[in-house]
Amino acid sequence: MSMRVYIPRDAAAVAVGADEIAVAFEAVAAKRGIALEIVRTGSRGMCWLEPMVEVATTNGRVAFGPATVEDAASLFDAMMADGPHPLRLGIADELPWLKRQTRLTFKNCGVIDPRSIDDYKAHDGYKGLLRALSLGTDGILDDVTKSGLRGRGGAGFPTGIKWKTVAQTSADQKYIVCNADEGDSGTFADRMIMEGDPFVVIEGMTIAGVAVGATRGYIYIRSEYPHAIVAMNAAIKAARRAGFLGKSVGGSAHAFDMEVRVGAGAYVCGEETSLLESLEGRRGLVRAKPPLPAHQGLFGKPTVINNVLSFAAIPFILDGGAKAYSEFGVGRSRGTMPLQIAGNVKHGGLFEVAFGLTLGEIVDDIAGGTFTGRPVRAVQVGGPLGAYFPRALFDTPFDYEAFAARDGLIGHAGIVVFDDSVDMSKQARFAMEFCAIESCGKCTPCRIGSTRGVETIDKIRKGEQVAANIAVVEDLCNTMKFGSLCALGGFTPYPVMSALKHFPEDFGAPSRLQAAE
Amino acid sequence: MAAYEPWSAPKALQIIDELKSLEGPALPILHAMQEAFGYVPEPAIPMIAEALTLSRAEVHGVVTFYHDFRSEPAGKRVLKLCRAEACQAAGGDALAARAEAALGIPIGHTTADGRVTFEPIYCLGLCATAPSAMLDGRVVGRLNESRLDALVTEAKQ
Repeated sequence: MSMRVYIPRDAAAVAVGADEIAVAFEAVAAKRGIALEIVRTGSRGMCWLEPMVEVATTNGRVAFGPATVEDAASLFDAMMADGPHPLRLGIADELPWLKRQTRLTFKNCGVIDPRSIDDYKAHDGYKGLLRALSLGTDGILDDVTKSGLRGRGGAGFPTGIKWKTVAQTSADQKYIVCNADEGDSGTFADRMIMEGDPFVVIEGMTIAGVAVGATRGYIYIRSEYPHAIVAMNAAIKAARRAGFLGKSVGGSAHAFDMEVRVGAGAYVCGEETSLLESLEGRRGLVRAKPPLPAHQGLFGKPTVINNVLSFAAIPFILDGGAKAYSEFGVGRSRGTMPLQIAGNVKHGGLFEVAFGLTLGEIVDDIAGGTFTGRPVRAVQVGGPLGAYFPRALFDTPFDYEAFAARDGLIGHAGIVVFDDSVDMSKQARFAMEFCAIESCGKCTPCRIGSTRGVETIDKIRKGEQVAANIAVVEDLCNTMKFGSLCALGGFTPYPVMSALKHFPEDFGAPSRLQAAE
Repeated sequence: MAAYEPWSAPKALQIIDELKSLEGPALPILHAMQEAFGYVPEPAIPMIAEALTLSRAEVHGVVTFYHDFRSEPAGKRVLKLCRAEACQAAGGDALAARAEAALGIPIGHTTADGRVTFEPIYCLGLCATAPSAMLDGRVVGRLNESRLDALVTEAKQ
């Protein structure tokens, strides 16, 4: 008798006991005398069900979760018998939360063994690269442009145009840099794909190298992601062994190789020019643009720098999917976006879907409201630099332009939900405090403005000259927004101003306290 | 819990020699120093500066820019608690206060007996299983009072 089970090695699953469950399963198997094969996959993204364990059956993989070590023996027996169990969820692929998604970038995440390049190849891996090699530069650029893909890091710049600029700039050396410095709170899609399907990122970067004539790549991963660093390093080695990285990529005349570089805890290094400075070994100070990295990037050479999710979208697009990709979405936001639903939610996790769902559908319907059961009061979209949305704006469709029109941004698509116990003046203060901690210090509006912002919001919270101090905060925000060099200082006003605008009652500290008494 | 070796100039030189031919070697060298010694010892700075033809001030500037690099050894165990928005939304503020009380130090400090360094971290990317923490290299999610207490007790041992 034998059995094959799938247990995630994703950090979110490990953080809630996946490793211990794997050990417990092995012990049960030994006791029962059954040959057990455990495949450590990525996560399917249903984080409230983690650790979610799946067993291979003739009808497909059957999922159980959230599992605990105490459940290991009964789960094992139910899996062997293909019988009932209180934690049995059903056929994994048929689970409603997964069925409602359009998984293009994340189709293999949680499914395949992220340590096995053969498993990746068996799930359409490297088909995109092989087609790219036959297309050459113009064909690749044409496909990427046609797909409508925009940079998934947050800025939303068209990827095809960026690549074309680098392709047309001649130099003795060009670079591909992958920004895996995913520092925004509420975002974890980069981490999940690096841990769950690292080869798709490598393949995307390799295609970029072939397209623009770059032979070297770096993936800059934040040090807070030790599991992703291990996964990427292992995958790079495997890709090298299989001939997909090195002097002759996939047997072609193209050379491309890459390595992992580890960040050192500076949030601002997620800003692309600061990241390049850091890669070069300096303080992560933001560079003024122009010159664009596409002209003078890493070590002054033409550089494609894109987010993990942008590169991860490329293999599908190059595997004949450009048109299909562009047919998803709304307006100028084409394709799919891996939403990351987090904070105080019942059903948190990764949900990849075409652009266009409303914020209300995402929060009420997909996330199922709060896990505390209290009403949703505010939703921060786009990380620490994103605006707080009240329920009144829940009809906003998830689309770059629609969010911008309402003084927000979708950023890296992190969605953090707060219930009605949140104090929005405290959140506004935190936004300023975070900017003060993480400011690189190069430009004055960000460096000084954030510190003055904390002090002024503290005065407001104490009830000192509230109206006058709110005017000071608004003025500071204006200066930061228009006077900062990069998005850290420039976007910190989004959470602050949205909190002030949509939740003014939280800034009238004295009356609110009196009302509560 | 990592066991670090005491400062040794030959070891530092060896690290520098192994890594200095990389493109942009400064961060890899500093990470390797910290991995070996648990912090970036002061005498390493002029050595790195000389090898990379930088000024001491430039290397000092890099070390002090990044939150990760320590100028002195940390406690035996390092407990990092996520203080970012997703964890705040899930009750992280109260847990931070509870851990501070249990350890008897404000966040960002080391206990007087040198056992535990308690630090804030801004996002472990475990935002859908929040609140989250990391004890040395091990991640822990879905923290509540009892899970946090167990983690603090483990750190103090």
